[in-house]
Amino acid sequence: MKKSNVMSKKISDAITFVVLCILVLLFLVPILFIILNSFKGKLYISDNPFAFPTAETFSGFTNYANGIAKTNFFSAFGWSLFITVFSVIAIILLTSMTAYYITRVKSKLTTTIYYMFAFSMIVPFQMVMFTMSKLANTLHLNNPWGMVILYTGFGAGLSVFMFSGFVKSIPIEIEEAAMIDGCTPLQTFFGVVMPILKPTAITVAILNAMWIWNDYLLPYLVIGVSTNYKTIPVVVQYLVGSYGAKDMGAMMALLVLAIIPIVVFYLACQKYIIEGVVAGAVKG
Amino acid sequence: MQKTLKKYFAVFTVPTLLAFCLAFVVPFLMGLYLSFCNFTTVTNAKFVGFDNYIKAFAEPDFLNAMLFTVKFAVIAIVSINIFAFALSLLLTRKIKGTNLFRTVFFMPNLIGGIILGYIWQSMINAILVKYETTLVANATFGFWGLVVLMNWQMIGYMMIIYIAGLQNVPTDLIEAAEIDGATGWQTLLKVKIPMVMPSISICLFLTLSNCFKLFDQNLALTAGAPSKKTAMMALDIYNTFYGRAGFEGVGQAKAVMFFIIVATIAITQLAATRSKEVEQ
Repeated sequence: MKKSNVMSKKISDAITFVVLCILVLLFLVPILFIILNSFKGKLYISDNPFAFPTAETFSGFTNYANGIAKTNFFSAFGWSLFITVFSVIAIILLTSMTAYYITRVKSKLTTTIYYMFAFSMIVPFQMVMFTMSKLANTLHLNNPWGMVILYTGFGAGLSVFMFSGFVKSIPIEIEEAAMIDGCTPLQTFFGVVMPILKPTAITVAILNAMWIWNDYLLPYLVIGVSTNYKTIPVVVQYLVGSYGAKDMGAMMALLVLAIIPIVVFYLACQKYIIEGVVAGAVKG
Repeated sequence: MQKTLKKYFAVFTVPTLLAFCLAFVVPFLMGLYLSFCNFTTVTNAKFVGFDNYIKAFAEPDFLNAMLFTVKFAVIAIVSINIFAFALSLLLTRKIKGTNLFRTVFFMPNLIGGIILGYIWQSMINAILVKYETTLVANATFGFWGLVVLMNWQMIGYMMIIYIAGLQNVPTDLIEAAEIDGATGWQTLLKVKIPMVMPSISICLFLTLSNCFKLFDQNLALTAGAPSKKTAMMALDIYNTFYGRAGFEGVGQAKAVMFFIIVATIAITQLAATRSKEVEQ
């Protein structure tokens, strides 16, 4: 009886393993598809899209050179990185301070502020899209630093909400002890509270980085396509979104290039990313 | 301590509040007001009452977008959650390679909507070219293309949440069921699923709100073609604002209604998860 149980467990595990292998391959098909085609001559792609490149259709890195030249890809990568990094830094620094203040100082004002942040989380971007981009243009925020300010403002809701939830769980005695020892509130915050907030800060950073890096509409509406500050999603849409004569080769290469940074980032901090999105899903 | 800290209001909160007002509070209030106005730029607004709302509802495109969004959401939510839950069951059996499988399944979730949309557009067109048609020839292709794309993107995300839920089910509970002679199927229905109900409600609402707010994927995959039949609500609002001069007010009115729908979903979620927490 026991032996057959062990056997059947082994067999069902083997079946599960095979099924999962097949599913993983299916999941990778779209990625393999664009990689495969990015190495074919642009005129050959539509002939037999699922075939491996042959000696005749192989075009080396021509598509990559084309894609990079047409979109100025490295500049877009730079601006995407610039906007994402500085926005995330600003969000972490400013919203953690705000969350700390409104959680520790209880008044009608801070309660109102808290509810305003919570409220902003349920408002879809389309609601403020038009007025925000007009306001940003009037105030000359249509540049990368302006984007940092806008992302800080629009990302503040979720971030303040998540930090507040965590600050509540920190025993206030630690801070009081620091204050009695002569720390100013700023010293207390950066010396005592900030280190305790680190796990939440990582979660908030990852959630915001994913959103800002991939965001298309805000940079498109505020910065537009006629400047040198285009981000990766904007150049991808700019190159391939226009109907008519399309360079399929350059498009495939560009899609591959756009995915590489995400995959590298994911493989490097996989553990934090997965923990972060789970925490974000449960709280947000 | 409160007293000392209180004096630091400006340092701790003002920078965030300024950015928040600029990016959210002011545009939100302006948007709310402008939905009752006729305008082309923000400065030449003329109050017209509920005119924009009436115009919005008279548009077949808007109603079609609403219907398309609801149909898409229902099918995507059901399929994503069934596949994700099935995968999470397979991945909690402690077999070899679990981590690698999990890594691959989750990855599409990190790729941005625009890029995802174009990957699938070229894939689907590559298949359809054999039948001498394209993705934008028929609204049905666009619909199912979007469903497949969304499944590809969100299954891994939901799977991770289900795995976390399943790992929290006490093993002695499952063992007790097995000793009592429960089959694998019975254990699943009577023990595992009731125990992961909180995860299920989180996943249902996450997929629901993500499906409703979908924009980038929709824009990149079909951009609404053919003739706006595959445009979802967010894309329809965008097209009303930026595709038709003189319709900014109608666009803003649609945006307000869109906000009310999305907010209702979110508030229901909050209420649902709150009451679940009390039960536990």
